[in-house]
Amino acid sequence: MSNFIDRRLNSKNKSTVNRQRFLRRYKNQIKKSVSDAINKRGITDLSSGENIIIPKKDLSEPVFHQGNGGTRDRVHPGNDQFTTGDRIAKPPGQKGQGSGEGEASDKGEGEDDFTFSISKEEYLNLLFEDLELPNLEKNQLDKLIEYKTVRSGFCAEGVPSNIDIVKSLQGSIARRIAMTSSKRKQLKAYHHELDIIEQDKHEHINEKKELNNKIKAIEEKIRKVPFIDTFDLRFRNFAKQAVPTSKAVMFCLMDVSGSMDQATKEMAKRFYILLYLFLSRTYKNIDVIYIRHHTQAKEVDEHEFFYSQETGGTIASSALELMDKIITERYDDNQWNIYGAQASDGDNWADDSPHCKSLLINKILPKTRYFSYIEITQRAHQTLWQQYQQVIETHSNFAIQHIKEVADIYPVFRKLFKKNVKNVA
Amino acid sequence: MVTKNKKENSEVTQQVKPLNDCPDWTFELLAQYQAEIARVANHYRLDTYTNQIEVITAEQMMDAYAGVGMPIGYNHWTFGKKFIQTEQTYKRGQMGLAYEIVINSSPCISYLMEENTMPMQALVMAHACYGHNSFFKGNYLFKSWTDASSIIDYLLFAKNYIAKCEHQYGIDEVEATLDACHALMNHGVDRYKRPQKISLDEELERQKAREEYLQSQVNMLWRATTDGNNENNESKYKYPSEPQENILYFIEKNAPLLKPWQREIVRIVRKISQYFYPQKQTQVMNEGWACFWHYTILNHLYDEGLVTDKFMLEFLHSHTNVVAQQEYNSKYYSGINPYALGFNMFIDIRRICEHPTEEDKQFFPEIAGSNWLDTLHFAMENFKDESFISQYLSPKLIRDFKLFHIHDDEKNNYVEIGAIHNEQGYKKIRHKLADQYNLSNLEVNIQIINANIDGDRSLTLRYIPHNGIALGDSKDEVLKHLHYLWQFDVKIVQENKEGEDEVIAQCSNKETQE
Repeated sequence: MSNFIDRRLNSKNKSTVNRQRFLRRYKNQIKKSVSDAINKRGITDLSSGENIIIPKKDLSEPVFHQGNGGTRDRVHPGNDQFTTGDRIAKPPGQKGQGSGEGEASDKGEGEDDFTFSISKEEYLNLLFEDLELPNLEKNQLDKLIEYKTVRSGFCAEGVPSNIDIVKSLQGSIARRIAMTSSKRKQLKAYHHELDIIEQDKHEHINEKKELNNKIKAIEEKIRKVPFIDTFDLRFRNFAKQAVPTSKAVMFCLMDVSGSMDQATKEMAKRFYILLYLFLSRTYKNIDVIYIRHHTQAKEVDEHEFFYSQETGGTIASSALELMDKIITERYDDNQWNIYGAQASDGDNWADDSPHCKSLLINKILPKTRYFSYIEITQRAHQTLWQQYQQVIETHSNFAIQHIKEVADIYPVFRKLFKKNVKNVA
Repeated sequence: MVTKNKKENSEVTQQVKPLNDCPDWTFELLAQYQAEIARVANHYRLDTYTNQIEVITAEQMMDAYAGVGMPIGYNHWTFGKKFIQTEQTYKRGQMGLAYEIVINSSPCISYLMEENTMPMQALVMAHACYGHNSFFKGNYLFKSWTDASSIIDYLLFAKNYIAKCEHQYGIDEVEATLDACHALMNHGVDRYKRPQKISLDEELERQKAREEYLQSQVNMLWRATTDGNNENNESKYKYPSEPQENILYFIEKNAPLLKPWQREIVRIVRKISQYFYPQKQTQVMNEGWACFWHYTILNHLYDEGLVTDKFMLEFLHSHTNVVAQQEYNSKYYSGINPYALGFNMFIDIRRICEHPTEEDKQFFPEIAGSNWLDTLHFAMENFKDESFISQYLSPKLIRDFKLFHIHDDEKNNYVEIGAIHNEQGYKKIRHKLADQYNLSNLEVNIQIINANIDGDRSLTLRYIPHNGIALGDSKDEVLKHLHYLWQFDVKIVQENKEGEDEVIAQCSNKETQE
């Protein structure tokens, strides 16, 4: 007795739950692997998933097993040279050769790490877990919104250019039928009477004349019903519908004066990568504007932004001014979600810092969704940090963080964009 | 004469119309082949459970892999790990998937891969649905240790019970309990006492009552220990009175602080471990038996003219790959291939029965010249790998495999060839090879010798080394799991040269709190 069952159409993802359990259990290791990986990626490269590497020993499922030492007997096939009593020297430096073959694999040392891939979605989810787009809710109520006009039925009033001819004529026909129906009935009755009179053998000249007059009068009345009336007119109606815009622009501002070395810039780069990844989760189109500055600011491309070296002093306000100028020229803040990220080693011409503060408060912050400032330095904070700290107190879409070394970036980024940002002291 | 003979032969072959040998299979064709295979299997007296043959895709095969042979598995991260590993190695092309998986259940479930060609499907059906299936039904270990008719029900019960626990007590708690049980899974079998049969209905019925009863038993035990300030921490009487090798069973019955649902989970893992216990001990025999029968059945069909040369060539190609044995100095060598050893042994037993040599008559007087089918069935039914090899490994096979024995003593800086495939070596090689499949030599011998129910409630286990082999490094990790279940101090002792017990690993409350 045998039964055949075609199971091919059954769900094939029986193991999904177990896979999720696995990811859940090793979340910390996986997250670490993810944050290591971010450092190796280009800024806009986020099309792929990621390979996750977990040290094998962390994954072990321990059981009691036999260890080293003692005596062992093994039987092998394929004897081609040995006779009973032969002695073969053990390789030097290897104690207790071969620990119980078969189970030897849980000996751990020098083995490969456990590597597996996660999908792009899983990767980004892990990367941005607990993070929320800053001020998203608030923005949805005010500026994130863009309006689109959509047709919404017809109305009786409007401008001539919006007249809907078909609808209006339909109205006209209906009105004319309604207004002339009783008169047409009357007219029909008169015609009927006239026919009767004409068929009569007797002459009814007077009556005939009278009837003809009546018919004429009524036909006149019917003709006077206007072909089209203002009452008939229908206009196309339009309504404004709110559509959240999917456009965002991200301003990367960086100090490239002599005091910023390549290592510091690399750190800043990672921060920008994270920000870009983060924004790309929410917005379809993202423009990235790179502004570098020393004493003067300049808009540049990505390569120049990160890799060309300048010397000289630092006037941070120049970059902020340029950013404001670009926003005014190209990025209407009603249509674009504007994000700013400024990185610096904290050096600034002391007199310029208060100017930066006022620029931020008066011009930039009112237009941006979020502006973050990271200071990458080992030294004490200087004037720019102090000035910016005052801004935090009054503006919730502004955040500053201090980064000392590469390892700080990811935690700091998470801190900056933590859900329900409340850095209002 | 010659021409006449030829004509007669061709007439004979024309009478039988061979089955379609196109590579693409259809369900109709499967059924045709299956019917013929069943007929031949019946001819050879293969007694099987009803077959339930399920055709699945490669993805589903990977799922089946991850379930480590359980058609219905509870959820646990280790199965996810297994799945990810399988998926990775498969996708990178480092590993092909098995052609089939067969489950010891009644009806006997076999999974056939969609990708297999028709000859492969026929091979797989003969191998799994008649070979393995009859082994499951006939072998004494399976008969006495597993209950094929209830395993699916029991696994279903286990899955639902564990899902319920997760819902009620949280995934983390359940996961930790399962982790601990898995670490001790190999020590959840009574090796010398036959288990009770399990059935879903009784299981459900008894489960509630058992929960209460078990707890009351545990409470009884520990109530007797009220004067806990026994200074020298020595029990007045010994508990358990005899060493216990079934650690999970002991935990289930005696762990003082386990919650009733945790006891049930311990029991579930224990039962599953027991279900797999016969499979571990019959790998060579089981695979050998299945290979012998797919080979014999399909050749029988070929002799009848039911399958074509084209079919046989593809079949033999696969068959040869499966039963190939690499030699010790090959870079692909990874121990003795159980398929090769088992297949050749069954073929050899048949040879000894049918065409015994003088040597065979000397070595196997009781089977030389006997009815091969009877002898084969007897061998399948009454042995496990270890005893099968020590009973039936013939000098001819030892020569064919060129087996040799290596003795490795830690104290020496050399290994010694103990025996080779010659007159003096046969018996030693047979003995040593059989030992190699003796589970009690392979698995760690560790037993619970004392639960200090009077004093600090600590649990003591004794490791008894086999051939002086030390306990592996993982002992501390495993002990942590044991501690999780016992929740008081646990330690492992081993007798040292002076004959005194020496603690080789321990895990106390303090350590785990840190």
